[in-house]
Amino acid sequence: MSELHHIKDHHTEARIFTRRLIFAALVIVLLLSVLLVRFYNLQIVNHDEYVTQSDRNRVQVQPIPPTRGLIYDRHGQLLANNRPSYTLNIVKEQVDDLDQALLVLQTLINFRDGEIEKFNKRLKQRRRPFEPVPLRFRLTEEEIARVAVNEYRLPGVKVDAELVRDYPTGELLAHSVGYVGRINDRELERFDEETYRRYSGTYTIGKIGLEKQYEAELLGEVGYQYVETNARGRVLRVLERIDPVPGANLRLYLDSQVQQMAHQSLGENRGSVVAIEVATGGVLAMASTPSFNPNLFVTGISYKDYKALNESLDLPLYNRSIQGQYPPGSTLKPMLGLGALHHNVVDYRYSVPDPGYYQLEGDERLYRDWKRGGHGSRINLRQAITQSCDIYYYDMAFRMGIDRMHEFGVHFGLGQKVGIDIPSERKGLWPSRQWKRESRRLPWFPGDSLNVGLGQGYVLATPLQLAVMTATMARKGEFIAPKMVYKVGDQVLSAKRRAHEAQVNPSHWEHVHSAMVNVVHGLKGTAQGVRRGMNYRMAGKTGTAQVVGIAQEEEYDSEKLLERQRDHALFVAYAPAADPQIAVAVIVENGESGSSSAAPVARKVIDAYMASVASAEERASEQ
Amino acid sequence: MSSSADFRRQMPEASRDLRQPVSLSQRWHIDLPLLVLLLLLGGFGLLVLYSASGQNIYYMKRQIMFFILAFGVMFTVAQFRLKTMESWAVWFYGGGVFLLIMVLFFGVGAKGAQRWLSLGGFRFQPSEILKLAVPLMVTTYLSARILPPRFKHVFWTLTLIGVPTLLIMRQPDLGTSLLIASSGLLVLFFAGLSWKYIFSAVGLVVASAWPMWQFGLHDYQRQRILTLLNPEEDKLGAGWNIIQSKTAIGSGGFDGKGWLNGTQSQLNFLPESHTDFIIAVLAEEFGLRGVLLLMTLYILILGRGLWIAGNAQTTFGRLLAGSITFTFFIYIFVNIGMVTGLLPVVGVPLPLVSHGGTSIVTLMMGFGILMAVSTERRRVTI
Repeated sequence: MSELHHIKDHHTEARIFTRRLIFAALVIVLLLSVLLVRFYNLQIVNHDEYVTQSDRNRVQVQPIPPTRGLIYDRHGQLLANNRPSYTLNIVKEQVDDLDQALLVLQTLINFRDGEIEKFNKRLKQRRRPFEPVPLRFRLTEEEIARVAVNEYRLPGVKVDAELVRDYPTGELLAHSVGYVGRINDRELERFDEETYRRYSGTYTIGKIGLEKQYEAELLGEVGYQYVETNARGRVLRVLERIDPVPGANLRLYLDSQVQQMAHQSLGENRGSVVAIEVATGGVLAMASTPSFNPNLFVTGISYKDYKALNESLDLPLYNRSIQGQYPPGSTLKPMLGLGALHHNVVDYRYSVPDPGYYQLEGDERLYRDWKRGGHGSRINLRQAITQSCDIYYYDMAFRMGIDRMHEFGVHFGLGQKVGIDIPSERKGLWPSRQWKRESRRLPWFPGDSLNVGLGQGYVLATPLQLAVMTATMARKGEFIAPKMVYKVGDQVLSAKRRAHEAQVNPSHWEHVHSAMVNVVHGLKGTAQGVRRGMNYRMAGKTGTAQVVGIAQEEEYDSEKLLERQRDHALFVAYAPAADPQIAVAVIVENGESGSSSAAPVARKVIDAYMASVASAEERASEQ
Repeated sequence: MSSSADFRRQMPEASRDLRQPVSLSQRWHIDLPLLVLLLLLGGFGLLVLYSASGQNIYYMKRQIMFFILAFGVMFTVAQFRLKTMESWAVWFYGGGVFLLIMVLFFGVGAKGAQRWLSLGGFRFQPSEILKLAVPLMVTTYLSARILPPRFKHVFWTLTLIGVPTLLIMRQPDLGTSLLIASSGLLVLFFAGLSWKYIFSAVGLVVASAWPMWQFGLHDYQRQRILTLLNPEEDKLGAGWNIIQSKTAIGSGGFDGKGWLNGTQSQLNFLPESHTDFIIAVLAEEFGLRGVLLLMTLYILILGRGLWIAGNAQTTFGRLLAGSITFTFFIYIFVNIGMVTGLLPVVGVPLPLVSHGGTSIVTLMMGFGILMAVSTERRRVTI
């Protein structure tokens, strides 16, 4: 209480206070100036920078994927379609708590086994920032509604309407039309900047077949829209839009009815049919059995399904038509006979005795005919083709020699890629002296020539090559590269033609041609069984080839082993004989006999083609 | 009246004031310039709030209700005589501290902080009471002492400030505790605390900065300071607020994007846009012009507050008015400094503009005291 003895000095207190007040006022002025300078800096000095940042905040560029081009057959039937489908997507960058979001989603949607695991796998794959990762495809209306109602508690989860590729013909064209699938890591790595840009908004790419070959044309050009979004990424309005350009439609040479028949008549067999339009080289049908459902691959095939397809002994994923390499057997005989005539190795009357075997001079080995006891006393070229006499061809091949045989066969597309517009075509093997020296380090032996003369030994050809060879025969030597696609958009693709370089005498053509007609229509023709009820004439040639095996060395059970060791059955044909329009090659694996299992398939395919042409003409005349 | 005649004879100078007719505002204890400025500020604030809340009528209604309530409180407080306030200070202060202790035991809250007391469905923050109770108590204590204060009085003053400060720090609510401490320290400063003490205190704070950083701060507090220094480091996390508010302010430019047209605020990029970060909305939509208008209003209010303090008749009035005015300034500075990225993020609303009832009522109570000081009739003290 000592201060009570002092007296308060009001004047001093007021003076001190006033001084302090002035000091406080100065501090206020100083600090407010600091704030004003700050505002000046933000709003005037750095204004432009912040405007940019604010625009970048609110304006987003969204790619609009183009619609993929459709694929039609020659009559306009749809082979590859785009179907609207609703996909549940998650943009990981926008999700706060992924585990929580998945838990919520599980209460809304009944996930199938493995769906979440697959999503997690996709999530780990390399992908572009803000690229939606699909969790569930083909949502039902009810599922869409359930997700929509709960959207507010599921940031980053969205239901997107997408166009998903659909193949209405299913397994019919799985190999040739192919399929699309999600862009994977390896494909993404190969993308350059321009490709990356073109695929923004597009998450699938052609994997095999035409879908892969014509990817650039089918894709189209990506469009963009500038949208204003809020902080949660919700689009509020579209500011500007550049429309995407849809991909070009493909019109094929393929005739679905012919294709259907080719596929159907192969039935349960493993095999292939290739049918070519003679005038254009266009592929009318290309079947490979067994096949698979390409729709499984579009949204991602399950591991189980893929394993089943991949490990099947029947190799369903394998396109036998262009990748299967088989010994062509006797189907080469007409072409080689023509070569022998051209090189004056034989003439029309030249004949050889047929005791049922052939022997090289100074060689103990007997080269046997497929027919025990032979075809008769003497056999000429016409008979040799009609009856498929091996002895005549041993003699001919020996005297013609490998060099001339090789040179002649090349003009028909053997031993080379014939240039079809489907990826992964194989070139078979058309052996030569040089080839044997380089790959086997061995000289060419006369016995090798005998095997080539029968389309055996080293010789391998794909069904496509056999069809091309047959079509070239039908055109009298004009080689046209086979192709699937007739039109890209409105543009007709031009054919790659190559004239027969060896100018063969027209009467030689007629001679071989009539021998081939005899195969089907002659008394002793090997394929005479198929001519019953035929209202046109067909030229053909049967073939039988010993199994070398296109399959890997698998562990077969003994019964299957036996079945798979049977000979492959082959048949090539063109029709109508007088004015060829269609050329066909058929191979039935382990079908044993060309005449009984392959020729009927060719007959049905050609019948189907004739019917299709007739009905098309009918339609045209009606209009 | 003979008594007044005697008085007049004794004190001729003061009697001149008394003779003058008492004006209406004087009688109702209203400081007219201050009232006009507060109404202008409140009106401008409502305009900004309407936009900042996404044109939410509900927020508007609530805010208007708060203002009506707050102006009522202000008028009521203004009617009290300073002597009355002085005599209530101890109870006011003691009650506040008691409630703070209650918070320690019965408080409720969120995110690891206990700040609220719940009484029969009514929730409030006792720390709000202390925002006025502390300066009031310190002023009451010091104005009865001989000034400048001596060491002993300084010590007791610091104790009066320290107890509630530490209690609030424990909640923990560092921002509010510092604001309350400074409102008390300001009284000490205006009372003429020797510069010697001030400088040594500042020296002590600087020296203890490093140990405080290491041991005295919670992780989230440290994080806020780090975020301030480098907001780009954590763009989507803690730095988001600062980056977005700077973007909003900067993109507003001089003219602004127009009322209701701020993309940052209308598209929800700006967090807390109707509460702590509301000035970013103002700066985005009204530009630097709007900022200058707001600043002008604030400066005029502060100026009027300082004028009232300077012209107060008693030491009590002077100290209290000075402290309240300067505390008001601190709120402004801390909030704007935080939104513009000069200061770390602390939860301080922009005075009389941000949405929120408690803050408005407390502030207007302060202005009620200022009006009481301003309209206190000149009285002769012996």
